[in-house]
Amino acid sequence: MITVEEKIARRQRAIEGRPFGPGSHTEHEGKTMTGAQAIIASLEAEGVDTIFGYPGGQAIKIYDALYDSKKIHHVLARHEQGATHMADGYARATGKVGVVLVTSGPGATNTVTGIATAYMDSVPLVVITGQVTRGVIGTDAFQESDIVGITMPIVKHSFLLQSTDDLTRTFREAFYIASTGRPGPVLIDIPSDLSGSEMVFHYPDTVNIPSYRPTYKGNAKQVKQAAQLISEARRPLIMAGGGIVASHACPELVELAERMQIPVVTTLMGKAAIPCSNPLNLGPVGMHGSKYANMAVTESDLIVACGARFSDRVTGKVSEFAPHAKIIHIDIDPAEIGKIVNPAVPIVGDVKVVLAAINERLEKMGAAPVCEAWRDEVFTWRERWPFYTSDFADYPDKIAPEVLLETLSAKLDPHASIVTTEVGQHQMWALQNIHREHARTFISSGGLGTMGFGFPAAIGAKIGCPDEQVVCIAGDGSFQMNSQEMATAKINGVNVKVIIIDNRALGMVHQWQHLFYNDRFSFTELADNPDFVKLADAYGWQAARISHPDEIDAALDEMLAADGPYLLDVVIPAAQTVYPMVAPGAPIDDIIGALDVTLGGVRVTEKGFGEAGRPRPSHEGVDE
Amino acid sequence: MNYLLSVLVENKPGVLSRVTGLISRRGFNIESLTVAPTEDENLSRMTIIVEADEVGFEQITKQLHKLVSVYKISDLTYEEAVERELVLFKVQSSPERRHEVIEIANVFRAKVVDVGKNTLTIEATGTASKLDAMEDLFRSYGIKQLTRTGKIAMSRGAHEQ
Repeated sequence: MITVEEKIARRQRAIEGRPFGPGSHTEHEGKTMTGAQAIIASLEAEGVDTIFGYPGGQAIKIYDALYDSKKIHHVLARHEQGATHMADGYARATGKVGVVLVTSGPGATNTVTGIATAYMDSVPLVVITGQVTRGVIGTDAFQESDIVGITMPIVKHSFLLQSTDDLTRTFREAFYIASTGRPGPVLIDIPSDLSGSEMVFHYPDTVNIPSYRPTYKGNAKQVKQAAQLISEARRPLIMAGGGIVASHACPELVELAERMQIPVVTTLMGKAAIPCSNPLNLGPVGMHGSKYANMAVTESDLIVACGARFSDRVTGKVSEFAPHAKIIHIDIDPAEIGKIVNPAVPIVGDVKVVLAAINERLEKMGAAPVCEAWRDEVFTWRERWPFYTSDFADYPDKIAPEVLLETLSAKLDPHASIVTTEVGQHQMWALQNIHREHARTFISSGGLGTMGFGFPAAIGAKIGCPDEQVVCIAGDGSFQMNSQEMATAKINGVNVKVIIIDNRALGMVHQWQHLFYNDRFSFTELADNPDFVKLADAYGWQAARISHPDEIDAALDEMLAADGPYLLDVVIPAAQTVYPMVAPGAPIDDIIGALDVTLGGVRVTEKGFGEAGRPRPSHEGVDE
Repeated sequence: MNYLLSVLVENKPGVLSRVTGLISRRGFNIESLTVAPTEDENLSRMTIIVEADEVGFEQITKQLHKLVSVYKISDLTYEEAVERELVLFKVQSSPERRHEVIEIANVFRAKVVDVGKNTLTIEATGTASKLDAMEDLFRSYGIKQLTRTGKIAMSRGAHEQ
């Protein structure tokens, strides 16, 4: 298992520009070899031990060289998209760079959705694509596609290798660019004649790219301003995003929150940036966030956004987002600052370094919490508007997804498990109900919302973290987008568990059609699904199906105890909706279907505090 | 409004497409664009005029900065920059009226670079307003063809690159 300290050390090494592995200190150094062998030697020099891929004509020389590697374990997926998502899940779970190897043409184009997914969620990948020989590029040769051109908008950077002289430097730069600054996918397109050319292998131990210099340290003046605002705010709120996870800033975040007693809301990418057991963690915010988290944003007077990019799924209607708040925006990517909201204090830097500086400054100032009244008020909102209460059931004889996932959550050891999700209703139920204690243990496609991501990502996560229990929470729609990877799991002995929350519908769109399109269920009903239990059996998996609430407990126990991959098909009502919800384009305090226990635990749809009003008189310091 | 950017980029295949693709996919329109290698053959300079509002322009420059192929961006919109454009006019002109056209060209310090039976081709450089004025004058004779290079620009004096 990779410890957090190791992950931090890896990132530091990355920032210093050093290879992740032995670099020039391998047995390959100085040897004459083919380009293909040099590619494999470069991966070994970077310390890569696992790659995901699929062979083909223009990658055959690279695969031939891979055949001799004793250090690299290759996982053969059943589709290049699956391979890319596996590498992505592997990268998210381990903090390492995920590596993909595919052939030209369709092999390369099949990685596109995977690359876009990684790009939107800032996941470090190196994608190696075979290309037709240099002489025929541009002639519509067999299996030729301009993958560098196709992926240009969705990569952090890409290389079309032109000469074996550039090969090793290109790999060092690719790993460096992918893993530093704001991480992201990097593509290396390698014409197959270069794979066949001879060259002398020298791996660089350093990297120098004058046009790429990420800023890590925050501006001291802005840090000071931020600390001042934080020390004075009466209704402060931290918004933690994926940047906290990427930069391993959880300890610094928790320190800031606890020192000043500031509640924390998390974006989808920021889940578990602060342990769910910490009372200051208010959990998910935004379209399917809790009413209390959304109300906290709306009532707040200072939002400290840490590695978050103000996605429309978080902000709702931007002009009414946090109307009373000043915003401190910390992000390593300068382009995120000012893109959606205009912060009072912008800080470009690595959120770990910046938060440490803010904490240090607050320490020096002797700052003490001044927002306890606000914190306590927000806590009462949490009691008032819970995600779910056990005495509430839309369909008493049917399985409530909230109950299923709460039960699963209680059975998982949060210190030794990873949950991945597909995309849709089940993803939001998982976000709301799965308890997590550590970053990188909740893996989900946030920005791109890629159906078909979660299952292969679970395989990648399990390969990266074999000691953890890895469970994929899927929908019946999403799962069918990459279900072929059941073969990959079986053949490679990857012991993943899949729960299909099966409503025989594309539930999220179905829900929107119910709420906003007069129940016109245009092509969202999946009545003719395959029998998932038989499908799993065909792939050599164990599987079961449940549909009654009484079966949940035993079924989850059996699944978690199973030796080998296991699929649990959980039948829920097709009309089950995810609440609370904010309609697209509405302000985030205008909430549909939140439970209000002060009204006897009914779902209410109202803006703000609604008719029941604020639960108690406003605390001091409200100065609207 | 129109912003004027001078962007120093890696002189490699595909870089032009990275830059222009980024600007268009972020929803902005390029008014004018010139590219050529600089004194350092590894670098090219792009002069881009882009239409955007202030927030949009800030976003474009920040996004361009993120491209690994981009070395440096100078915003020359409000700077005292030297701006030039080159234009070729093919003006309709019968032999009897040639001297009128040539006279106009001379006033603008433009050069006659080709003479045809019924046309004169004139090369002019200068600021956009000067070239616009010439165009207006030539229009009354009839412009058969016109090619403008788009603007190139450089900051004045002390500013290096």
